[in-house]
Amino acid sequence: MGDRELWLFIDFGSTFTKVVAIDPATETIRARVQAPTTVSTDITEGLGAALRLLEREVGAGATYARKLACSSAAGGLRMVTVGLVPDLTSEAARLAALGAGAKVVGTFSYKLPASDLARIKDLSPDLILLAGGTDGGNEEVILQNARGLAALDLAAPLIVAGNRVVADEAAAILRAGGKEPVVADNVMPEFGRLSVEPVRERIREIFITHIVKAKGLQAAERFVEGILMPTPNAVLNAAVLLADGCPGEPGLGELVVLDVGGATTDVHSVARGAPTDAGAVVKGLHEPYAKRTVEGDLGVRSNLWNVVEAMGAQAPPADPEISPHAFRAILERFARDVTTTPESAEEAAVDAALAGIAAGQAMRRHAGSLEVFYSPQGPLSVIRGKDLRGVKLVVGTGGPLVFSPFRSRILREALFAPADRASLRPVDPRLCVDSEYTMFAFGLLGELDSKLAVRMLKRYCRPMDEGTGNGR
Amino acid sequence: MRARRGTETRTVVTGVIGADCHIVGNRILQMALEEAGFKVVPLGIMVAQEEFVKAAIETDADAVLVSSLYGQGELDCQGLRDKFEEAGLGRIHLVVGGNLVVGKQEWAEVERRFLAMGFDRAYPPGIDLRRVIEDLRRDLGAPARDG
Repeated sequence: MGDRELWLFIDFGSTFTKVVAIDPATETIRARVQAPTTVSTDITEGLGAALRLLEREVGAGATYARKLACSSAAGGLRMVTVGLVPDLTSEAARLAALGAGAKVVGTFSYKLPASDLARIKDLSPDLILLAGGTDGGNEEVILQNARGLAALDLAAPLIVAGNRVVADEAAAILRAGGKEPVVADNVMPEFGRLSVEPVRERIREIFITHIVKAKGLQAAERFVEGILMPTPNAVLNAAVLLADGCPGEPGLGELVVLDVGGATTDVHSVARGAPTDAGAVVKGLHEPYAKRTVEGDLGVRSNLWNVVEAMGAQAPPADPEISPHAFRAILERFARDVTTTPESAEEAAVDAALAGIAAGQAMRRHAGSLEVFYSPQGPLSVIRGKDLRGVKLVVGTGGPLVFSPFRSRILREALFAPADRASLRPVDPRLCVDSEYTMFAFGLLGELDSKLAVRMLKRYCRPMDEGTGNGR
Repeated sequence: MRARRGTETRTVVTGVIGADCHIVGNRILQMALEEAGFKVVPLGIMVAQEEFVKAAIETDADAVLVSSLYGQGELDCQGLRDKFEEAGLGRIHLVVGGNLVVGKQEWAEVERRFLAMGFDRAYPPGIDLRRVIEDLRRDLGAPARDG
């Protein structure tokens, strides 16, 4: 067995370096191990520790024919986005950056005053996305913002993705200021229409050519073939592969992937999100088919108190057996150490309650909304954002969800609730779990063999049954 | 809004203001404007004042054409010019047309009220779109187009 050729997929996470070994011949996962990420010293130390664990699982004789990685270490891909009108090109730029797996640390609009420029310098992002104006639209603001950014003492590369009439001129201004701009297609070429794919591609290229090195991750490239993308991008890739399939291997159709984590909660929807109400009026941007949002304030460890606050009067909802005092004690233990995992039934119940709240809030912010207006012609439904009520599959991932005995309860918190009809969340989907917590690996695998990735995703995203999650 | 050369395409924003969901006339207006060589940014129905302003900023529009059919236009349009002023587009060309008021009222009086509200032009129901387009061309200094 040990002599088999295996493919390795590595995630340099903010806390753990995870390694997944896949056997492409049998289309199975051979092992999944993790060791603490060591980005402050040498990224390869943590990787080495993980590989030693791996060797114990798969035996010494295995050869690793392919080795691909993604990373969210060293703060992830920290981006600042700049647009013109907040709910138009600024929002388009933000959605494009999120879709590329970035952590958006600042979003700016209109002409940047000196205070905004100073703020951008303080944020010290890895990459800046400069948008503004539809094609043929406003020229003045993006040019002025290019002048402001050109004069800023900041080494970050930039992508110009605004009004194409002046995009080259904006890039020239930045170049004259010693910056390294790349021009991409406008994030909003026409009013209300998003075009985020070309920018996502540029972001990924810059991630490979600049960011990996800037973050001191390139030492890992002595071992891996490449750190190809930010981790959330690998998860979004997996979500798209699972939904759409690829030529010769059908997918499962429109879906939502919910990733509950210790620090953030991510939602990926791969769905058109067209209104399910006949005659509804759709307002606002047409959001991307593959849309990612990340809730930086919702996590069950480092953002635990935010989640508790969101619980409000419901706390503690998990189990009437848990006294408020015991509940508080458990929360405090979780808050002290972000790597804490639940050790008792009570702790598991509290952990699941937190995860459920995070899941519900994150999904509410991701999904579209419905408002009913009473006009002189009668009631009118107005929909903003994606209507996900018709989505038939929700997949859960993220440690706090995958390893919880209450995982289907957690996911159900994210669904449509009759008491909150305005939030257009999935009504009656099948619930599945990323059973081995390896979704990122399948997203990377898609770069090598998309058919294999789709088949393995379909195999390892397993239907959920309450109570069976404890077997791990 | 920057000064345009004579031959440059003019961008106009269209939409039905307020809680009004009469789309047909507005679509016809859009088609006629496109036929006449304008670049149209159609916002559709139930357009709030803020949406007109935001769209005009992002697309650097030369004019905004506001439609209203359901009789509440006078209420819906109040303060629109001020909002453009506030957004730095105080000099944008504003046009309004449709069934703007309830009941039978003298058009000259209705027109006077809308011009006083800050519109550059107001048109009564049933206006010939050729005249609207001719006025718009002249007002924006836009090129005439054959056919």
